[in-house]
Amino acid sequence: MSADLVQPALVLSLVLFVVGALGVFLRRNIITVFMCVELMLNAVNLAFIAFSRARGTLDGQVLVFFVLTVAAAEAAVGLAIIIALHRGQDTLDVDAFRILKW
Amino acid sequence: MTAILFYVFAALAVASALVVVGQRNPIYSAFGLIVTLCSLSVIFGLLGSPFIAALQVVVYAGAIMVLFLFVIMLLGVKPEDRESGGTLKAVALALALALAAEMGVVLLGADQPPASSLDASTRAVAHVLFSAPYLYAFEATSILILAALVGSIVLARRDA
Repeated sequence: MSADLVQPALVLSLVLFVVGALGVFLRRNIITVFMCVELMLNAVNLAFIAFSRARGTLDGQVLVFFVLTVAAAEAAVGLAIIIALHRGQDTLDVDAFRILKW
Repeated sequence: MTAILFYVFAALAVASALVVVGQRNPIYSAFGLIVTLCSLSVIFGLLGSPFIAALQVVVYAGAIMVLFLFVIMLLGVKPEDRESGGTLKAVALALALALAAEMGVVLLGADQPPASSLDASTRAVAHVLFSAPYLYAFEATSILILAALVGSIVLARRDA
């Protein structure tokens, strides 16, 4: 029944990934940029699920499990970094953070 | 029925993803992202993976988005006061179009996969997860979580 949904699911994953990538470029608020990265991760998860469906194995779903775990760890550390950056200068604009630039 | 539900929630996911990218206020972006994540959870369920669908709601929409909203509330909700520059916009559009074209060619050129039956119950997923190749990665994940926990506490401390 849902085997014919594999290709539409891959197209949806492509659309979500491109929208997320556009957001990473266009948004200026660092938290919104971070949310766009999460959107891209979810697009990849959808592709994993679709491939798992198409191939009839569970490896794709196990990989999604790992992506979820890494995304949770990444969100925790990333948001802590954002808080630390915000303490240094009172803005969230991505262009303001150039302390690593020589 | 499955196909109708799929397309309804796919449209919802794309629309709310556009809200995430289009809004200047991060709070609206966060709520848009929550809608996207929940629609994707429904789509995961329709594609025959109930375990991942539940995990998506619990971990992503539940835990990660609460963390995002918490940080947005903590740092204050100031909408962006300026747009990205014209050059950056042009580069972003060009890259997005290139990516879409590239992946579109691959997807449309691929063979339609044959129908496959798949037992994706939580028990079956757990059997794969807790056996040979993935078990070590699973154990390594616990170290990653511990490192992230300690790291985020150290980074967000006031006297760091």
